[in-house]
Amino acid sequence: MTGTEIPEYPLARTCPFHPPAGYARYREHGPVNPVRLYDGRRVWAVTGHAEAREVLLNTGLFSSERADPRYPATSPRFEAARKVRNFIGMDPPDHTAQRRMLQSSFTMRRINGLRPGIQRLVDELLDAVVAKGPVVDLVPEFALPIPSIVISELLGVPYGDHAFFEQQSRRVASGTSTLEESADAFTQLLQYLDGLIQDKERSAGDGLLDVLIAEQVRPGILTRRELVDISLLLLVAGHETTASAIALGVVALLEHPDQLAALRADPALLPSAVEELLRFTTIADSVARFATADTELAGQPVAAGDGVLVVLSAANRDDTVFPDPDLLDLTRRARSHVSFGHGAHQCIGHNIARAELEIAFSTLFARLPGLRLAVPLDRLPGKDAGGVQGVFELPVAW
Amino acid sequence: MRVIADTNRCLGAGQCVLADPERFDQSDDGIVVVLRAEATDPAEQEEVRETVSHCPSRALSLAD
Repeated sequence: MTGTEIPEYPLARTCPFHPPAGYARYREHGPVNPVRLYDGRRVWAVTGHAEAREVLLNTGLFSSERADPRYPATSPRFEAARKVRNFIGMDPPDHTAQRRMLQSSFTMRRINGLRPGIQRLVDELLDAVVAKGPVVDLVPEFALPIPSIVISELLGVPYGDHAFFEQQSRRVASGTSTLEESADAFTQLLQYLDGLIQDKERSAGDGLLDVLIAEQVRPGILTRRELVDISLLLLVAGHETTASAIALGVVALLEHPDQLAALRADPALLPSAVEELLRFTTIADSVARFATADTELAGQPVAAGDGVLVVLSAANRDDTVFPDPDLLDLTRRARSHVSFGHGAHQCIGHNIARAELEIAFSTLFARLPGLRLAVPLDRLPGKDAGGVQGVFELPVAW
Repeated sequence: MRVIADTNRCLGAGQCVLADPERFDQSDDGIVVVLRAEATDPAEQEEVRETVSHCPSRALSLAD
C-alpha cells in the first residue's frame, strides 16, 4: 500500500450526528487499518468495538503518555496539550494516584445528590428561553450553561468568569485551532486557574479545588502546578463535551420524530435513550494511544512506537455489537458504547454527564411540546473535524 | 454463579452501581461494595455477565 492510498484521519462530518461516510474506508481491511494524520504520520485506526475495548483496557501495552513524542496528535491544537500534564495523559501508576484523589467526588451517591440542583437550573434556563423566544439559540441559552454552571459549582470556579473560560475552552477543543491559538488558550486558562488557586489558598471556598488544596497540596502530595493542570482538564472536559452532547442529542431527537414520540410516551425509556444518544452522536470522535512493545491487534502486527487511534464513533457503529447501527433506536441496549472511552481512562465525569443529559432532555421536551428546528438540518454546520463534535448553534422554535 | 470484586483494581467509575444498584454500591471514596454476590436464574446471570463486561477497570469477575 503506498502513501497516497492511505486514507486521511480525521474527516469532517457532513451530518452533525453521523460519522463521516469516508470512515467506511477504515474498515476495508478489517477492524485495524492504517490512516494518515495531518502531519503525514501513519497510525493504526481501530474501528472494531472489541478491539477498541482491548486497546483501552491495556494501559501497559497502549500508552496515554502525552509528553512522549510517540503519542500521536490528530490536529495541530493537540501539540499544545503536551505541555499540560494531568491524568488523562499519564499511565498508571501516576494516573491511578491522581484519579483516586478525585474519585470520591464522582461517586453515584454524590452525583445523585447534584440532581435536584441540576433540575432547578434546567427549569430556570427554560423559563428564560420561553420568555425570550421563539426563535432561541439553544447552544448559549441551554446546552452550554447547564454543564458550565454544574462544573463551576463542583470545582468552586466562579461562574461569573464563564464567558472567558468557555471561549478559551472552545479554542482548546476546536479542530480548526492552530498550534498558536491552542497554546495561547492553554496559557490563558493556566494563568487564570493559577490565580484562582492562589486566591483559594488564602481564602478557602467549598469546591473540589478547595478540597484538593487542603488534602493534596498542603501536605505536599501535589504541587500547585499539578493541581492547576488537573483543574484545567476538569473545567474544559466538564462543559465543552456535555454541551455538545446535549445539543446533538436534541438535534438527533428532532430529526427522529418517531423516537421522540416514544420517549415522550414512556419516561421510563429515558436512561436507555440517553445511552443510545451517547452512542449515536459520539462527541469525542477518537482517543489516541501508542504501542509500548511489538504486538498485534486482530491479526494486524503493530510495532513498538506505532500510534494507535481508537475511533470511538466507528466502534459505536460496529454492527456485530449494535445491529443496524446507523438507526437511532432508543429501546436498544446501547450500554456497551465507548462514547466515554473504556478502561482506566474512562471519562471520570460520565455519571454527571448522564444526569445532565437525562434532566435536560426530559425537561426540555416536556416543557416545549412543539419544539422544532428553526432552520433546516443542512443549515446547521457541524463542528470541525479533529475536535469535539457538535453544532455551533441550535436555533429552535415551538 | 457469584460475582467477585477486586477492590485493589477498582477505580470507582461506578458503572456497576449504575447498571445494578441492588447488587453493587460504592464506599465514600468510590470503591465497589458487593451487596449481593449470588446470581441464580439465567436472566439474572446474563445481567451480571453484562455488568462485569462494562467494568472499565476489570475489577469484577465471576466464579461458580
